[in-house]
Formats: sequence, C-alpha cells, structure tokens
Amino acid sequence: MSWFAVAIPLLFGLISLAHAQAAESALEITEIAEGVFVHFGVNALMTTENEGGIANVGFVVGDAAVAVIDTGGSVREGRRLLAAVRTVTAKPIRYVINTHAHPDHAFGNAAFARNGAVFVGHRNLPRALSTRGPFYLSAFRRIMGNLLDDAELVAPQRQIEGEEQLDLGNRILRLRAWPVAHTDNDLTVLDEVTQTLFTGDLVFLRHIPVVDGSLRGWLTVLGPLAHVPARRVIPGHGPAAPWPVALDDERRYLDRLAADCRALIARGTPLAVAATTAGVSEKSRWELFAEYNARNATAAFAELEWE
Amino acid sequence: MTFDAMNTGGLRSKMRQDRRTILVAAIAVAAAGGLTSPVFAAEQADPWPELSRDIFNGRDLKEGAGLIAIEMPYRAEDAAIVPVTLRATVPAGDTRTVKAITLVIDQNPAPVAATFRTGAGVAMISTRVRVDSYTNVHAVAELSDGQLYASAVFVKASGGCSAPAAKNLEEAKTNLGQMRFRQFARPADGPMSGTREAQIMIRHPNNSGLQRDQVSLLYVPAFFIRELRVWQGDELVLAMDGGISISEDPNIRFNYLPNGATRFRVEAVDTDGHVFKGAWPVEAAM
Repeated sequence: MSWFAVAIPLLFGLISLAHAQAAESALEITEIAEGVFVHFGVNALMTTENEGGIANVGFVVGDAAVAVIDTGGSVREGRRLLAAVRTVTAKPIRYVINTHAHPDHAFGNAAFARNGAVFVGHRNLPRALSTRGPFYLSAFRRIMGNLLDDAELVAPQRQIEGEEQLDLGNRILRLRAWPVAHTDNDLTVLDEVTQTLFTGDLVFLRHIPVVDGSLRGWLTVLGPLAHVPARRVIPGHGPAAPWPVALDDERRYLDRLAADCRALIARGTPLAVAATTAGVSEKSRWELFAEYNARNATAAFAELEWE
Repeated sequence: MTFDAMNTGGLRSKMRQDRRTILVAAIAVAAAGGLTSPVFAAEQADPWPELSRDIFNGRDLKEGAGLIAIEMPYRAEDAAIVPVTLRATVPAGDTRTVKAITLVIDQNPAPVAATFRTGAGVAMISTRVRVDSYTNVHAVAELSDGQLYASAVFVKASGGCSAPAAKNLEEAKTNLGQMRFRQFARPADGPMSGTREAQIMIRHPNNSGLQRDQVSLLYVPAFFIRELRVWQGDELVLAMDGGISISEDPNIRFNYLPNGATRFRVEAVDTDGHVFKGAWPVEAAM
C-alpha cells in the first residue's frame, strides 16, 4: 500500500474529526425532569451570531432509546444538540420529532438525518415543508449565509394524525396532531412518566405569540390543549412553566388581539390603522412585540374580516 | 418564530431584473439561495424610466406631489399583505377630474399591480398588495384632460410574491369567489366631501405564479382576479384591472359620490374565466 492510500483516508479522518470537534460543542442543557432535557433558545430573531438558536429544543431518554424534540435553527445547532445527547447517553436516537415546519425548529434536521432515526411530524408537515420550505431556505440563507449551506428539509417518515404513541423503552411519548392554530401542522409531545408537555409553538411564554395559521383556530385549540394531563410545559419559546396556567398569558394576548380586531372591523377602521392599534395594550408584556405584533394584527384582521 | 424575519432582517428577493425575465428570475430565487447581498439592490439601475415609458407609451409624466398621494408603511409587516391607500386631490378651482390611477410596484415581477378607473367622486382607493423586494411604488393619476401625474414612495419588504399562499388551502378552494360588500357610515375624508365609503372583498387565492404547489413542487400557475367592476345603479363607480401583485382575497375600499341608486352591483372575472357576481342594496347614510 502506498503512502498515498494511507494518507488520504487519514487526512480525511483528521479533517472530519476536526470538523466534528469544531462543530460539536454540546448545547447547554437542563434536566427539567428525570430523563427530560431541554436547551432553551434566546428570545431573538434568527441570526448568524445566535446560529438560529432561538427555539427550545430537547430530548427524552427512555430505557432503550432517545427521542429528540425539534432540532433548532441550523444544522450546527442540530449537531450541538446531538453532542448534548451524547453527553447524557449512548442510547440510539430512535425518533426525531418536529413540532412544526418553522425554520427555527426544523433547520437542524440534517444533523440527525443519517443516523437511522425515524422523523416524526404532523400529517400536514410534509405539505408545509414542500410549500414553505424552499422559501424559508432561500430567505434565511440570505440572512444567515454559509451557516445554512448544509440545511435540508427532511420530511417525516411517520406522520401523526390524531393521537399516537412512541415507545422509548418503558417510556411512552403521547403525540397529538392539532387542527390549524399557530400553524396548520402543530404537534405536541407528552412524556407520560414525568408529565412534561412539549408544545412547540402552540405555547409562547415571554416571547410574543406569532400567528401563522389561524387566530380563531388557535383560540379554539387552547380549550382542549389546556386539558392535556401535564404538570409542566416546555413551550416553543420561553421558560418551562407549570401547566396549564402557562397558557394564561398567551390566551390573554390572543383574546385581546381578536377583540381589538373585531371592534376595529365593526367600526370600519382600515387595515393600515388596525395593524398599528390592535393588541398594543399588550406591548409591555412581551418580548419581540415590535417585531411581530403588527404582523399578527394584519393576519388576524384579514382573517376576522370574513367572519 | 422567525419565519418572517425576512421582512425585518434586510434581505431581499432577487426578482429585480427586467420584468421581461420574470419567470426565469422567479425560478432562480428558489434555486440560487444566498447569493444576493443587500447592497446588490441598491446598485441596481432605477427601473422606473424604462418601466414608465413601457406602461404609459412614452407619454409625459408630470410631478404628482399634491395631486396623487400613496400611503404605505415604510416597512411592511407582512410582505404578502401590504396595505396601500391612493388619494387623488385635484386642486381647488381645477375643473379636471381623475379618470384612472395606476399602481406600479417597480421591483415586483409584474410591476403593474392594478389600474383603477374611477367614477364620480372616487378620490380614495385602498387595497392590499404583495411586495417582493425593497422597492419604489409609483401611483400615476390620469386626469380628464389626459395628463399623467406620478408620485412615489419607498417600501421595505421582501418575498411577498413568492411567499406561500393560503394558510388553509382547503378553505381557499371551498370559498372561491365568495363576496362581501360593506358600506361605511361615514367617509374617512370627512362629511363635507359628500362622498361615502364602501369596500368589496372577494375570496380568491390570487396565485402569483411564483408559489410552489404542495405536492407536485411545481409552481402554481398564476390564477387571479383580472377584472373587477362596481356599479352604483347603472353607473360604473370603480373598475380594476388587476395583476398578481394584489394580495390573496382581494379587498378594495373606496369612496364614491352617491347618485341616488338603490343597488350596488359587482362583477369579477378571474384568469380562468370564472365570473363572480354580487348585488347589494344601498344602505341609508347614518
């Protein structure tokens, strides 16, 4: 065997090792309940600096396997989440669950795509990924540049309709697919053992809720959602919190937005004015209010105008 | 929740090429990703001189300040639904009237968003448009003597034309062509003008042709309301020739001078030849 034949694989080995080490500093995680780990995102817009790490991501460890719940806003964040899993357990990652199609939750998918994990999502997730995914990728590549070079849209092999269970070995996760609310592909994950509920963006705390599905639908979903038998929630954005009181702030905001829009519509106020007035009494209560409220008001107004 | 950071984060679409290359450009956007820097747009030549020559057959455009105004948010919150209000004000003593207003979104793939022909008393038209990138928006008013007057504003938004359509696709199909007509108690312009305000809403996806289909991943063909007419009795109040820049569920609010008729009539035609019709009694002024 020539030096060449040895050197090349060695060289590649070194490169990939260096790459892995550089990319794989583990995300900071908190064990929120026994076997339930969460990395809390920052309340901000996705940028190169924060590596898209603005949403909460986590994983649950059973006797036999691990389930990852959301993968973050870049493949780098996904790899760092994977590294965090490996600081806790060597068990295989059996499932990667996407709570919905938004970039900050699903752009890390590629980090888990070739390790034999089954991707799991709402029945509508493939549709959302195919209609919106390419748009998200091209839009966010312009903001985050090279960081998203390796981002991929990974569709779920297992699609959830209604309620289904996943088994991690003496540990059942109850998955539930919801009607249109935050988006038309919202999925929640309940860890039965610790009664910890991952809601994705069906729940926001501190970070202003973002309406991308249907305001009326969301308000409707809040009813049955509150009855999910959980002790604590890991929202899509914001801190872990007791359940179901964690819903109070979000419900108040969405109710306010709906009531304001309905009153403005009844008075004949034009959209342009409504966008800057609906919901503004909530301003001091939320982070990123300036970034999202007018957009929410616009979407809500256009939806409620047809009531 | 940053799916819409594109509206705030300074990115822009690449669809700023000559409008004759729109489809090529549209496909390039999806394919090419992150090659455009924000500076790129600023360095682009202003398309307006050529654009306005093409649209108005080389006719002279006069400065429209004080005669035609555009109200639009400087930064659009949602590029797929940007409110725009056009106000025409003929100076006191000027006997001319406004015949038509053309709304042009310079950097959109199809820049002419709509041409409105205006009936008696119509001096205000509000609608909602898609804005594809940071752009100048022009309104050109044609007065009864044939003179053209142009005004412009600058708007920061991006992705409005290729932004995914219908958050609820099934609902959009079921409701196609549904209309709603509202009459407002008092015109925003004040009671002195003698005009009133009305709003026509029509359910239609108004697909831009730049959005991708859910299953096939092919571009959804353009499918939009191309013609909308509103009559007060037998008198045409407002006519719109629309394009793909008008937002989903077209929504037009306008003022008009009541002519004593008892009925409004609306007819809309889309690019597939569907005709949608509606009629409503004129409500008494409150």
